[in-house]
Amino acid sequence: MKADTTEQALLKGLANNDSKAIETIYKDNFAMVQTFIMQNNGTYDDARDIFQEAVITLYEKAQSQSFVLTSQIKTYVYSVCRRLWLKRLQQMGRYAHADSLEETVAVEEDLEMHEKRNAEFAIMDRALNSLGEPCKSLLEGYYLKKMGMQELAAEFGYTNADNAKNQKYKCLMRLKKLFFAQYNIGD
Amino acid sequence: MDDILLLEAIERYLSGDMNAAERSYFENLRKNTPEIDQMVVEHSMFLHQMDIYSVHRNLRNSLQTAHSRLLETGEINESGELTTKGKVIQLWKKYKRVTAIAATVGGFIALVISGLTLYFSPVRNGQIEELSREVATIRTYQKVQNGLIREVDNKIPKGGTVVSGGTGFLVDTKGYLITNAHVLKGSGVVVVNSGGQEYNAKVVGIDNNADLAILKIADNEFEPLKSLPYTIRKSGADMGEKIFTLGYPRNDIVYGEGYLSARTGFNGDSMSYQIQISANPGNSGGPVFNNNGDVIGILSTRQAEAEGVAFAVKSKNIYRMISNLDDSIASRIKMGNTHHGSALRGMERKEQIGMVEDCVYYVKSFKN
Repeated sequence: MKADTTEQALLKGLANNDSKAIETIYKDNFAMVQTFIMQNNGTYDDARDIFQEAVITLYEKAQSQSFVLTSQIKTYVYSVCRRLWLKRLQQMGRYAHADSLEETVAVEEDLEMHEKRNAEFAIMDRALNSLGEPCKSLLEGYYLKKMGMQELAAEFGYTNADNAKNQKYKCLMRLKKLFFAQYNIGD
Repeated sequence: MDDILLLEAIERYLSGDMNAAERSYFENLRKNTPEIDQMVVEHSMFLHQMDIYSVHRNLRNSLQTAHSRLLETGEINESGELTTKGKVIQLWKKYKRVTAIAATVGGFIALVISGLTLYFSPVRNGQIEELSREVATIRTYQKVQNGLIREVDNKIPKGGTVVSGGTGFLVDTKGYLITNAHVLKGSGVVVVNSGGQEYNAKVVGIDNNADLAILKIADNEFEPLKSLPYTIRKSGADMGEKIFTLGYPRNDIVYGEGYLSARTGFNGDSMSYQIQISANPGNSGGPVFNNNGDVIGILSTRQAEAEGVAFAVKSKNIYRMISNLDDSIASRIKMGNTHHGSALRGMERKEQIGMVEDCVYYVKSFKN
């Protein structure tokens, strides 16, 4: 089944981090996932975590160049959540007794990709968080919020942009060292 | 300083901020200097990772925002059922004026219903027994044993008598313990570890409905633990799961094992499990572990006329209870990450017991 035009619009919205689209996808699918997980030894918190992971997986898929969603969003999200949750249960040494009542599609490849992304995310997150202040905020300001050096110097109270640049350089070197120390091992 | 300039050049090159002349000069430099070429490749990779990280972080935030907003409007809800807190809020906004009358009517209905429930609810007394050690049994024990054992560091004030006893276990390294509410029958409480060391404790929270209580060891002699060996399970447990418990039906710690026999407790009570285990007065408040060493329940009552049939309050009620406590206390109780699993996984039972023993306390409630 080819995704129809509303679904295409939603996916496009998701790819652009559009809050309206995200909310619609959330509203249309969360209850289904919540029911599935809570009926299978999970809690509300588990449902939230798993569902959000699934939307991120969908986002990654929507981003990739070779993107084709051959099923409905609902089916896709359900399939990912089911796979993720069964895996989580297995890790906890438990099993799920429910057979799938909903249609599912193969999502293994996407999940592998997602896991890799998640690992990379965690490495960067750990690296950034172990930097300490002001390094963390300075680098976030420059690389994530795309603030200018002048602006940053003013915000952090450096006397001029050059001093801020100097500090940013030192922080960046530390961050890269932390990041690549983990990243290489991962490969 | 040169390094800083070089990095700046690389960043400008990668973001396409260089003019044509600069660009061709820089590309030439790259071609002739392998070190610089390598730096460009590495930095480009790094910036790419930063971008992905940034986008993902924003997406995670957006998802969290969407979740909170939908929770507020009632379009999603925690229980997964149709009536929701959110809906209630919406209704409240709509029908504020009508509620005064409704409240009066509701109050009356509630009274009638609670009356009816009281009238029709099964009589628990006689059918199930709480497993705290009662006055009489303890008194006889005391007559025989008190003179001999641990009179040395008795923390019970002079003139105080123990009125009931049970078991409790740590849920936080700083000395927060969970036990059954029905264990606390006196006016004060002391706890004793498996080595016989006694500590003063105070009650920080009681939930009679769930039959749970939280104690805090308030004693200078108590040394906080580094970490707890077990985790406390938030989700349910499976029928047939093997379980074990530690408790104080005597003055010494006693081990017992069994299995989970039903997902509900006495008369279909959904807050507890039925378990098959030999439980005696004094076992009340003891932790019920599964094979991996996760706490899945709190041993609380047994069925009077049946052999080995006991009931354990489900562990998720601990989380519920703590979240209902005053924020200043709740925020201090750290129960650890439930996803990482317990440190006891895969160990032999003897080792598991050795590790959890120190976290299980004899709870004595006294009156003075």
